[in-house]
Amino acid sequence: MTRAGKNSRGVVERSLASFVDALEHAFYAEELAKKNGLLQKLDPRVKIVAILPLIVIAALARRLWVIAVLFALAVAIALLSSVPLGTLARRVWLGVLTFTGFISFPALFLTPGPAISSLPLLGWTVTAQGLRAAIYLIMRAETAATFSVLLVLCTPWSNVLKALRVLRLPVVLVVVLGMTYRYIFLLLRNAHDMFTSRKSRIVGRLDGPEQRRAATASVGVLMSKTIQLSGDVYLAMRSRGFQGEVYVLDEFRTNWFDWAMLALFITVAFLAFWFGR
Amino acid sequence: MHIPDGYLSPSTCALLYGTAIPFWYTAFARVKRLMNTRLVPLLAVASAFCFVIMMFNVPLPGGTTGHAVGVGAATVVLGPWASMLSVSIALLIQAVFFGDGGITTFGANSFNMAIVGSLVAHFTYRAVAGRTAVTSSRRVIAAALAGYTAINVAALLTACELGIQPLFFKDASGAPLYAPYALHIAIPAMMLGHLTFAGLAELFVAGGVVADLQRTNPALLGQRSAAGAKEDASPAAASGWKTTRPLWIRLALLMLLTPLGILAAGTAWGEWEAKDFSDAQMRRQITAASGQVAPPSEQPRGLARLSSLWSAPFPKYAPPFVHHPAFGYVMSAMFGCGLILGFFLFMGWMIGKRGSVDSGTSP
Repeated sequence: MTRAGKNSRGVVERSLASFVDALEHAFYAEELAKKNGLLQKLDPRVKIVAILPLIVIAALARRLWVIAVLFALAVAIALLSSVPLGTLARRVWLGVLTFTGFISFPALFLTPGPAISSLPLLGWTVTAQGLRAAIYLIMRAETAATFSVLLVLCTPWSNVLKALRVLRLPVVLVVVLGMTYRYIFLLLRNAHDMFTSRKSRIVGRLDGPEQRRAATASVGVLMSKTIQLSGDVYLAMRSRGFQGEVYVLDEFRTNWFDWAMLALFITVAFLAFWFGR
Repeated sequence: MHIPDGYLSPSTCALLYGTAIPFWYTAFARVKRLMNTRLVPLLAVASAFCFVIMMFNVPLPGGTTGHAVGVGAATVVLGPWASMLSVSIALLIQAVFFGDGGITTFGANSFNMAIVGSLVAHFTYRAVAGRTAVTSSRRVIAAALAGYTAINVAALLTACELGIQPLFFKDASGAPLYAPYALHIAIPAMMLGHLTFAGLAELFVAGGVVADLQRTNPALLGQRSAAGAKEDASPAAASGWKTTRPLWIRLALLMLLTPLGILAAGTAWGEWEAKDFSDAQMRRQITAASGQVAPPSEQPRGLARLSSLWSAPFPKYAPPFVHHPAFGYVMSAMFGCGLILGFFLFMGWMIGKRGSVDSGTSP
C-alpha cells in the first residue's frame, strides 16, 4: 500500500498518474470489447456463467497440472478473442507475478519439508513443499486474474453489470453499480481537474505536512461535491419521473453458438474439477 | 490488504460471503429506510467517491506515500451502514473492472475492510468524540483514531484469514495449497506494515477530512449526526427488530444447530484433557489425528497442574443437571450468546452515558 518516494514526483503528480491510469484502462477495455473475437460474440450472461466456475475451480484444484491446463485455456481464449498477449503480459501477468512472487518468495525457505537446494551465498535451503506452495499460489493467482480480466476486457462494462442479474443480484444493486461506474469517471475527472489546477498554482516544492494538507483538503472538497452531486442526481432523476422503482432493459438474446460454448465451458469446468480433486 | 484470487480456499471464501450477506442486507434495509427514494443516487455517488479516494496518494512521514481505503472518512460522513455498502461496491468495481482484489475473495475483502472496518470506525469515533460540538478538535482526533483502528482491525482479520490457510489446506505432499504462511508469520508481517505506514495513511485521510470539513462545510458533519440522532429517536430504531431481523434469525439458527457438534467423531485436535494421555483409546485417536506422531507417554505436568485451576460452569457444554447432550448444547449456546450480547449492551450503555456526560459539560 505504500511506495517509497525516491523520485521527486509529489503527491499531486502521483495522484494524477493514478487517475489517468484508471481512465486509460477503462478506455482500452471499451476498445477491446468492440473487436470481433470468441468472447465478444458470446452473450454476456453466458460469459459470466461460463467463466466464473473456471475461476472457482482454479482456486479449488489440488493438482498443479490442472491449474496449468486452465491457464493454457485462458491464454487460448485470449488469442481467440483478439486480446494481444503482450497486453495481457503487461497488464496482468507481470503485475501478479511481481506481487505474488514477492509474497511467496519467503515460503520457499520457511515451509517445512525436505531440502532440495540452497541459495549460493546465504545458504538458505529451499524445501520441496516451499517450492510447490509458491508455484500453487502464483499459478492460481495468474489463472484467476487472466480469466477475470478476459471477462471484463471483452464485454462492454454496462453489459457486464446487466448480466450480473443472472447471478440473482437485485435489480436495484445492478442499477447502483451501473451508476457508480458512470460517476467514477465524473469524480475522476473532477479530481483530475482539481489536482491539475492545484499543480498549476504551485511554485517550488511543498513539504510533507503541506502535501498532506493538500491531499486531505482535496478529499474533503470531493466529499462535499459528492454529497451535492447525489442531491443533484436525485433531483434530475425525480424530474424524469423517478419514484424509487428501478428498471433494467433486458435486451440480451442467446443463440445456438452461446449454448454450444456454454456446454463446452461447463464440460471443461467439470473435467477440471474432477481431475483437480 | 486486497486479497487476490487464489490466496484463500473456496470454503473460506464461501464462509466469508455467507457472513457478509446478512450485514449487506441489514445495511441496505437501514439505508433505504433513512434515505427512501434517495437511496439509489446516494449509494451510487458515495460508492464512486469511495472508489476515487482509494486512488489518492497520501504523503507519509519519511518520504513515502500510501493509499487509504477511506473507510474512516466514509463512516464519519455517511454513517456505518451507508459506508459499509459504498466501500463494498467500490471494492466490487475494483475487483471486477480493475483486477485489484479477487472475485472469489470479494466477500472476504468486503467483510474485512467495508463491514468490520465501518463498524470499528463507527464505534471508535462515537466512543472518542462523544457528543462534542461538530467543530470540536476532539472530533478530528476521533476520526483519525477511527480510521487508524479500522484499518488495523481489518488488517488483523486479513492476516488471520491468510494465516489459517496452511493449517487446513495442504496437498498430499504437505505443501500449503493457498496462502503459505501460518498465523505466527502472517500476523506480524501484515501488522507491521499497517501499524506503521498504511495505518497512517488512513489516519491522515480521516482526521484531515474532518478537520477540512469543520472549516469549510460543517453541515456535512452535522447532517450525519442529525441523521443519527433522528435515527436513535425513531420508534423503529428503538425496537431495532426490523432491520436486524436477518442477523437475529441467523444467530438463532446457529444456536439451534449447535447440537451438530455431537455428531463429530472424536475430540477436537488440541482440546484433549490431561487424563486423555493415560487412556489407551484416546492415545490412539491423538496419534491418528496428529500425523502418526505419538503423544508423550505421560500427561504433561503443566497441563495437569493448570487444568485444576479453573472449572467451567458448563463442563462439556452441559450444566451438571442436564442429562440430554443436545439440550445442553443449545443451553450453552444461549448462555454464551447472552453473555456476549450483555457485554456489548453494557459497553453501549457506558459509551452512551459517557457521551451524555460530555454533552452536558461541553459549551
